[in-house]
Amino acid sequence: MSHSTVPRDGAEASTPATTPAQSGGSTGSTGSSTGSTGSPRGRGAGRASLRHRFRRDRVLILMTLPAVVLVLVFAYLPILGNVVAFQDYDPYLSDNGVVSILNSPFVGLDNFRRMFEDPAFWNAVGNTLVLFSVQLLLFFPVPVLVALLINSVVRPRVRAVAQAVLYLPHFFSWVLVVAVFQQMFGGAGMLSQLLRHHGYDGLDIMTDPDTFPFLLTAQSVWKDAGWGIIVFLAALASVPTDLYEAAAMDGAGRWRRMWHVTLPALRPVIALLLVLRVGDALTVGFEQILLQRDAVGTDAGEVLDTFVWWNGVRNQDFGYAAAAGLVKGVVSIGLVLAANKVAHLMGEQGVYKK
Amino acid sequence: MTAVVGPSVGDPVRGRGAGPRRRGAPARPAWEEEPSAAGLAGKGVALSLACLAILFPLWIVVVTSLSSRATIDEAGGLVMVPKGLTFIAYRELLSGGQVTRAALVSVLVTLVGTVFSMTVSVLCAYGLSRTGSLAHRWLLMLLLATMFFSAGLIPTYLLVQSLGLTDTYLALILPSAVSVFNILVLRGFFMGISPELVDSARIDGAGDVRILWQIVMPLSRAVLAVITLFYAVGYWSAWFNASLYLNDQDMMPLQNVMIQLVQKQEAPVGLSQAIRTGQLSGLAVQMAVMVMALLPVAVLSPFVQKHFRKGMLTGAVKG
Repeated sequence: MSHSTVPRDGAEASTPATTPAQSGGSTGSTGSSTGSTGSPRGRGAGRASLRHRFRRDRVLILMTLPAVVLVLVFAYLPILGNVVAFQDYDPYLSDNGVVSILNSPFVGLDNFRRMFEDPAFWNAVGNTLVLFSVQLLLFFPVPVLVALLINSVVRPRVRAVAQAVLYLPHFFSWVLVVAVFQQMFGGAGMLSQLLRHHGYDGLDIMTDPDTFPFLLTAQSVWKDAGWGIIVFLAALASVPTDLYEAAAMDGAGRWRRMWHVTLPALRPVIALLLVLRVGDALTVGFEQILLQRDAVGTDAGEVLDTFVWWNGVRNQDFGYAAAAGLVKGVVSIGLVLAANKVAHLMGEQGVYKK
Repeated sequence: MTAVVGPSVGDPVRGRGAGPRRRGAPARPAWEEEPSAAGLAGKGVALSLACLAILFPLWIVVVTSLSSRATIDEAGGLVMVPKGLTFIAYRELLSGGQVTRAALVSVLVTLVGTVFSMTVSVLCAYGLSRTGSLAHRWLLMLLLATMFFSAGLIPTYLLVQSLGLTDTYLALILPSAVSVFNILVLRGFFMGISPELVDSARIDGAGDVRILWQIVMPLSRAVLAVITLFYAVGYWSAWFNASLYLNDQDMMPLQNVMIQLVQKQEAPVGLSQAIRTGQLSGLAVQMAVMVMALLPVAVLSPFVQKHFRKGMLTGAVKG
């Protein structure tokens, strides 16, 4: 806690972790199976060298296998399970889900048709979009501002202590965060206790559907805004000091330096994070909302993810729930790709580049 | 495809002030204006408020968990000022029973899960750290693609059920064992280790396992610490998979018990008698459960803090 971060950060900078020299070696590779041009190891091509390369790299491939198998089983294999979205899936046909899937009748697009006529589904869509918008407007700028604040503090001690405190809630579980908010703002919480003590009525913010989006945003800010500053701090630290010095020499004051030097330096990071956030728009904090869904009621507290959970896990209406989940998944992929496209058009890097 | 997770990091060299300076004194460059008193005060107030907003609720939780029933009744609920601290709530909770068992479950799942995740991730990251090795690009693509889609809750649920993992602790570990992001961060770091070092070890006859164990891992302690913390916090904080895949209430980890005791205000099994007869405050018990959930995290994470930036940013990936 009491380490002075600045000299340590300086030492970090000298580690080779981010030097591109090593990874740049692969730029000349033309296909997925031809080797790198950067090292002498991948020089040969063609059939004979394939056996040679396998013998050379088999230990490396073997090392990746456990993770690759886990990813195949738990990320790729379940994609097939989306067929239940087109079925009248009956979980009671067998203890084994695969057997149930094989024996359940196909119903075409019935689940989707039912969903588009279900007001509960559209309520969930609406809530999802409202929550996304409120979070984007009220959460997104906070880490930028806090990072600017921290960055302007020059005492290393103060910086280190402040960072330690601000990062801390990121590591708390949502259960704990919601519990803390309940103790502060719930019907029996600190705020109500103080109000009653001074003769006012207590109030319960935790169960108020009208303010629910703001409650969720406040929780997100409390938990993750501090953590969010790391990326911005790194970007701020990479601004060459000469730029500031030159600007100061030319007579730019504190605010003009921030506007003309600091903010342009942050722009690519802000763009990247915006792209990521918009691409993930339909995911608005599943665990956080599920924990509070019952307290505020489904009118305000049902979002797409909890809609899927309720219909599938609770109501055992798997086909219907999977249909809603599939729509969400497909739209999300479209959003990620579209957000990237927009970023590229704006001249920013986006999440990936060709 | 090249994924960019963050900017590459250069780091601040703020000490441009002229002349020797006291340790801890501000390192303000010569060209920068002296800050105004109002500006300094404003910054101080803003930072203090931000820190207070985080620490004040935690303070209340900790103090209330250590308060006697009399103190809590006198305060009318949550306690702000400590008076006559007592460990009775912790003693009762940790003397066997529901919460003791749940805490043990959480500790065990976290330990086993973290060791498993780290083993799998470090091996995979090293296996992918040499560009140009056989199938390197294919395998990397296979992992990267998972960051862009999710198969969905229902299919995953049906899969875990079909694999027979329901009502076993494997259901809390296997589905979330691998984080592609963490693997990419580790890989980015491994790739930065000087190739000369690795090559000379190879010439000396060291195999890949030995190079990983004796050269790469000792040089990567910082990033290993960060990723270990990420995985451990993930397992410690998880509750949803337990609510999905475990039916037996006796198997539940601490977070799920916390939902019952604190959010739903149920009395802990076996302690309702003590609470009713008045030796023990129900509120103190709730707060003590919360402290048990936050303590390990609050104690460990500051130690790793100085490396966070590394863990967040060296994931800048090159295919």
